[in-house]
Order: sequence, then C-alpha cells, then structure tokens
Amino acid sequence: MTDTSRNPEPTTAAAASTEASGPAYDNDGATTTASGERETLLEITGLSKSFGTVHANKDISLRVDRGEIVALLGENGAGKSTLVKQIFGLMTPDSGTISIKGDASRIKDPKDAIRRGIGMVHQHFQLVPVMTVAENMMLGHETTSGGLLDLDGARQMVRELSAKHKLAVDPDAEVEDLPVGTQQRVEILKALSRRVDLLILDEPTAVLTPQETDELLGVMKELAAGGTSIVFITHKLREVLAAADRCYVLRQGAVVGQVDDLSGTTTSDLASMMVGRDVVLRVDKAEATPGETVLSVKGLQVRDDRGLPAVDGFDLEVRAGEIVGLAGVEGNGQRELVESLAGMRPSAGGTVTLGSGSDTVDLTRSNAHDTNNAGVGHVPEDREKHGIVGGWSIADNLVLNRYDEAPFARGFVRDFGAVRSHAVELREEFDIRSPNVDVPAGSLSGGNKQKVVVAREMSARPRLLMAAQPTRGVDVGSIEFIHRRIVEARDAGAAVLLVSAELDEILSLSDRIAVIHGGRVVAEVAGQDADRTEIGRLMAGDSDAH
Amino acid sequence: MEWLNRNKVWVGTAALVLVAAYVFYFINGTIAVSMFSNAWFLAVPLVLGAMVGVIGERSGVVNIGIEGQMLVGAFAAFFAAAATQSIVVGVIAGALSGLAMGAFLAFTTVKGQLDQIIAGVVINIIATGITSFYFESGKTIPRGLPNFDVPLLSKIPLIGPVFFSDGPIALFALVIVFVIHVLLFKTKWGLRTRAVGEYPSAADTAGINVIALRLVNVSLAGILAGVAGTYLSMEATSSFERGMSSGRGFLALAILIFGAWRPMRALAAALFFGFMSATASQLQASDVVNIPQQFINLLPYVLTLVVLAAAAGRVRAPGAVGQPFVKGD
Repeated sequence: MTDTSRNPEPTTAAAASTEASGPAYDNDGATTTASGERETLLEITGLSKSFGTVHANKDISLRVDRGEIVALLGENGAGKSTLVKQIFGLMTPDSGTISIKGDASRIKDPKDAIRRGIGMVHQHFQLVPVMTVAENMMLGHETTSGGLLDLDGARQMVRELSAKHKLAVDPDAEVEDLPVGTQQRVEILKALSRRVDLLILDEPTAVLTPQETDELLGVMKELAAGGTSIVFITHKLREVLAAADRCYVLRQGAVVGQVDDLSGTTTSDLASMMVGRDVVLRVDKAEATPGETVLSVKGLQVRDDRGLPAVDGFDLEVRAGEIVGLAGVEGNGQRELVESLAGMRPSAGGTVTLGSGSDTVDLTRSNAHDTNNAGVGHVPEDREKHGIVGGWSIADNLVLNRYDEAPFARGFVRDFGAVRSHAVELREEFDIRSPNVDVPAGSLSGGNKQKVVVAREMSARPRLLMAAQPTRGVDVGSIEFIHRRIVEARDAGAAVLLVSAELDEILSLSDRIAVIHGGRVVAEVAGQDADRTEIGRLMAGDSDAH
Repeated sequence: MEWLNRNKVWVGTAALVLVAAYVFYFINGTIAVSMFSNAWFLAVPLVLGAMVGVIGERSGVVNIGIEGQMLVGAFAAFFAAAATQSIVVGVIAGALSGLAMGAFLAFTTVKGQLDQIIAGVVINIIATGITSFYFESGKTIPRGLPNFDVPLLSKIPLIGPVFFSDGPIALFALVIVFVIHVLLFKTKWGLRTRAVGEYPSAADTAGINVIALRLVNVSLAGILAGVAGTYLSMEATSSFERGMSSGRGFLALAILIFGAWRPMRALAAALFFGFMSATASQLQASDVVNIPQQFINLLPYVLTLVVLAAAAGRVRAPGAVGQPFVKGD
C-alpha cells in the first residue's frame, strides 16, 4: 500500500532564500490581507520567554496563513516546544503578542486555546492508555444523556471523523493496545474533533516508522488542502522538504532563518542554518577492513513480553572492524533481539557467541553483567529507562558498567576521585554539555544524555558495540557527533551492530546491511550497493524485492 | 449481549456462589442466615473503606490513612452522640469528621504535594493520638442505630434477612457500591476522575482542572471513611474503644487491590473475606475440629489472600497513583 519510493532529496542547486534576522513584515496584530490573498491565522510578534536566566525564546516573530504547512526547525533545546506551548496556552509569554485571527488577547489555558480554534498533538501523546479511543475522544467535552455518558454518540463521532479524514481507528480499541502510529491518529482526530483552524504537531514523526511518517505527511497535506493550517516541529530535514510550504529555523531561542520558498533548498542548507555551521550529513568513513568474527548468532529465538515469538531463527555474524546495520520496520523483533544479546532477556533457543577460535565466549545464557564484562557495549533503545539513572550524577552514570572494577573501586570501596576525573575527561572528549559532572544526568537534554551513554559504553573499549536507535530524539549536532564516534569505534577494531528505524542512518553508516522482518534476517546487502527503495520493500516483507 | 460476554467469568462465578448459598440455605436455613449475616456484618466497614480507596486511587491519590479516618469517624460519632444524646447528631459528626480527615489528606498531598504515604501515616498517628487523648470512659449513647426491614426486599429468602434487615449504614454501604460503580464508569465525573488518576496531563490538556477534581474527590471520599467509623461505634456496637478500627482500614486497602480498583469486585472480595471470617467463628463455636483457636482466626486472612490472589490475577493500579500533579510538566 505504502509508496516507499518517495524520495524528496532535492537536487536543485539554487541557494535558499534566507534572512539572517527576523521576518521583514510588521503589523499590529490586526488581520491584514495586504501580504497576499490568504488570511493570516496566527501572528506572533516580539515574543520572549525565559526560565530563570535561560532565554528559551528571544524576540520571536512569525506568521502562519490559512491552509499553510509551516515547519519549525531546530535542534533540541532551540525553544520550539516552548514556543508552541505558549500558543496552546500551556505557558504564558514574558513579552510579545500571540494573535489568533486578529485577536491578540492572552491565551489563558489550553481550554481557551481550543475554544479559539487551536489544536495540538503533543510529542508525548496526551491519551489515557487504559481508556478506549471513544472515551479519549470525548474527554474534556463530554456529551451526556440523562446524566450518563453518551458513549454511542462518541463512537459515532469517531467513526464519522475517521471516515472524513481517512484515518482508520476502531472507537472501541483500548489506546494502550494500539501501535504508536495509530495512537497518533487518535491524537490528531481528537484535535480535529473540535473545530480546528490551526493544528500544532510537536515532533510528530519522532516515534513513527518510515511508512507511518509518509502516511502522516500525506494526512497533513490533505488537512492543509482542506483549509487547516499546520505548524509542525521537527528536526528532521527531509520532512521539512517533503511536507512544508514554509519554514522557520530556530536556534538558541531565536528565529535565525526563514525560508518562504522551499523548492530550491537542500537538506544541507537547512542543516547548516539549524546548527549555525556546515554539517556533514553523509558520514565520511574509510573502507572497512573486517577482521575475525566477533559476534556470531545462530538460530536465535526470543519471545516478547506476551510470550509470543519475536525473534525467530535469527542468524547474523558481525566481524571486527565493520558496522552491520540492522534495518527493519519497528516491531519486527529488533527490540527483543538487542535485549537478548545484551543479556536483558532470556533466549528461547539458538546460540550467541562472542569471539572466534580459542577466544570464544558463549553468551547464550549470560546475564547483562557478564555480557558487559565479556566485552559487549550496549547503547540501549530506551535511554531514559535502560541507559541512564536520571537521579544520579553524570560521573556515576559514566561508570555504571565498571563501578566495581579498578580504578573506580578498590576492593569494595569506591574511589570517587577516579570516578570524577574519568568523568571530567569523558565530558571533554564527548562534548557533554553540562555545568559540571555532578549534576543529575536526568537534567540533561536528550542529545547530551545520549552522549553520556555513548561515552560510557565506548570508553570501556568493547569488542562488540551494539547501538539501538542511537540518535533517536537527538539533535543534529549530536547525531553527527555520535555517528563519528561509532565509525571511530569501528576503525579501532570493534564490531558494531547498529539497529535503527532511520533508514538514512543505516544507509550512511553501515558497511553491511541486514534486513530484519518477522524476527529473522530476510536479506543482507553490502553497504555501498544498498538501494533505498529495495531495502524499504524488504523491510515491508516483500521477499521478491531482492 | 456484549456486556454479558465481557463479564462472563464474573457473572458465572456470582451465579455459582448464589446457587451454592441457596443450597446451603435449604440444608440448614438458620445457620446459613446467621453465617451470611455475620459475613455482611463484618464486610460493611471493609466495603466502605475500600470505596474510600477506590475514589482516592482512581483520582491518583493513595490513601493509607483510611484506618485513621475510620477511627476518628468512630470517635467523633460516638462522643457527639453521647454529648448531645442524639444519634442523628452522632451520624452527622461521624460523616463530617471523615470529611475533615479527607480534606486534610487532599490539601496536604494535592495542594501541598506532601508524599502521599507520609500523609497517610501522619493521619493514622494523629487519629490514634486524638482518639486516645480525648477518650473518656463511662460515656453512653441513647441507643445504637436501629435495624429495620426494607419493605418487600426483606421478604426474599436468605438475601432479605442478610442484606435488607440491617441498620441504615449497612444498607447505605450496599447501595453506595452500585452508585459509585455507575458514577465511575458511566458519568462525566467518572471519566474525568479516571483520566486524572491514570494520566493527569492528558486530562489537563483536555481542559480539566486536575488539582480541583482530586481535592474534591479525596475530601468527599473521607465522608465514607467517617461513615465506616460511625458504623463501628454506633451500628455494629454502641460503644467506642481505643483503636477500635483495629486494622480494618488496612484490610480495606487489600480488598481494594483484590477488587482491582473496581467497586463491584471490591464488594465481592469484602464479602468473601467476611464469609471466611464467619466460617472461622462457626468452626470455633461448633468445636468440630481440634485446632488451636489462633490458627482458626488466621484462616480468613490466609484463605482470602490465596483465593483472591489467584482469582484476581494480574491487576494494575491506576497509572498516576501516588504522583503529585505539577502543571506544565
């Protein structure tokens, strides 16, 4: 069904029309049609917001017309979320005005924002997991008959909206049972169930598979064609080019660029605007020189949380000095595979060995601690849950895998001096942006948390480095940094297994690509021969594609 | 029927229990009625306590102070009735003292964001302190709350004498379970309450005042704890003793969990425990088995634990229970 051949990589050489300062227009918030025939829906002028001494938004001005898709592009911590939270009434600006359809009065709370035609799809879905779709849809504006909830009416409403916007959902399904992409559909429908003129989407594609992302971008375009304006936050450049009409680039809380015509823009133009310098999106790496086999997985079976087979006869070898990318649509056993290899989930069959010849260690039944000691570094998919201990200092987080070994401990006494100097060194080396190494790791931004994880795992010089979604929710600058580090680990002789839902990431890093579908490897291709479309088809389970 | 299909296990179990109860009734009516009456007599405060827990935890607030709230209710009801020699004043005092204790928990935890476990412990300690310090021996109330027959319903064999010829609070406990069930699952208030207890930020973005709803719910639930206490000192007995709630508030929390945070199931769990207790005392009285009394007294706890743990399977607490809500997080 899904067309995976879409390739929005623009090839036009024309330079982007960017402005170094804010937008050039100026008015007092009244609805004007002077700039064009389109009605101005949202107009923000001189908006500033600070938290203590941190300026989250600095003198931001922007405009959104009816029926237009506007992208807000920026790194993590650039102030995008803060900006839209103010539009939705979750925060109040310190100064400046937000005018909706010419009405510049203060937006008191989300209720007020909803009343004025603003809908928002949050990055973390605002759905009650144990309730049905219909119940979630009616929450906050319930209709009752005789004092009791009109659930039939809500179901009917879901069906109608779902048909109207071609977003299929079952009104009686419980939200927690739905895949992430469907949950997002529910969020969008929830927003649309009130009369919405402006729909704000906060990082809508962060959790979606490539197919779901394509679908979402299609939905956005249809909504815009129907007259709904859309503001979407992203740090994925391809999406901006694929869906947006116009784009504002934010950096350190300020608008640093505005692109009114995206047709002549390339991803690298946007990227350099976003980080303020040129970014290498293609990773520069030398030819791989694979050595002996490090990881050898044979016929591995792993069950998921419900006891169903998730990994089903998985075979793979990873050699020293090569990066093997595991491409696949999420939910095809990647998570269970990585957890099993890392010793976090028992396997139900097959063997896992590390090393070759006389040096072989059997990891099949090894727990996380032994696996780690055998030389496996693991950058887990869920860094909040498995990567860091949020309440502990950066220094402690950096020795989680070796806290009980010299030099970080002598006997059973920890050596805090060694822990600290180790942390200071790694903070410098891995560019972890924090006031010092004693602040809680949980207080860092996503990108910096991930750098802590990567620094910890790499500094142990693992024989095998497993990186699961290493750059998910991470800003462009950090992505570039983490990618470079992964290549460096390879060049230092480590075997690297990269698992990612980002096909771009797989394509740019891997020396060899294995495609996983239904819990087993369905194809292996060399990195340099990889064809995007073909891999996309293999990921979708189309075995004829090869 | 979709409803029947979804609840077939429960409906089936209930039918089975009912049949068994009537078989028992036709074999020996006197013992059956006495045992089931005793079971319900013991279950009433547990049911009311569990409802306090249902409302609180469904809103996202753990209440381990039910024990203390009950004790204060029992104390206030009895001594207000003794001082005024009016049982009506006693009942009102019991309910209002519960409200005050509920409001205390609500304002400290929801507004003040005090740790909910600590707040509950504080309530229990304060309750023991106050009720011991101001305790006066020798006071009496004119009479306990009278039993009465509900027209028609009390004529049903077995069910009538067990459930429909008790005191007013026992009847209230039975009715309130069904009322709370309907409120929680069929009304706007219930939908919002569940949302607030499961995922408050979703409720917040939908324009619901999370803080206000939690304050109101936890405060009002306190009334039920006060009424449960009133039952102890004015309906089950006509006296007040130090520490007379004797762990019923904690037991109610266990009932709440066995009941999977659902009113009807909590009622079933409380009845089961009551019946096991009644069985234990029957065994003791009849002298049929030669087991030390202490072990027989242990029986209802152990059996309830085993049977209900097996029957309840994996239950899950409301998602946001125990977490204070901070706007804009």
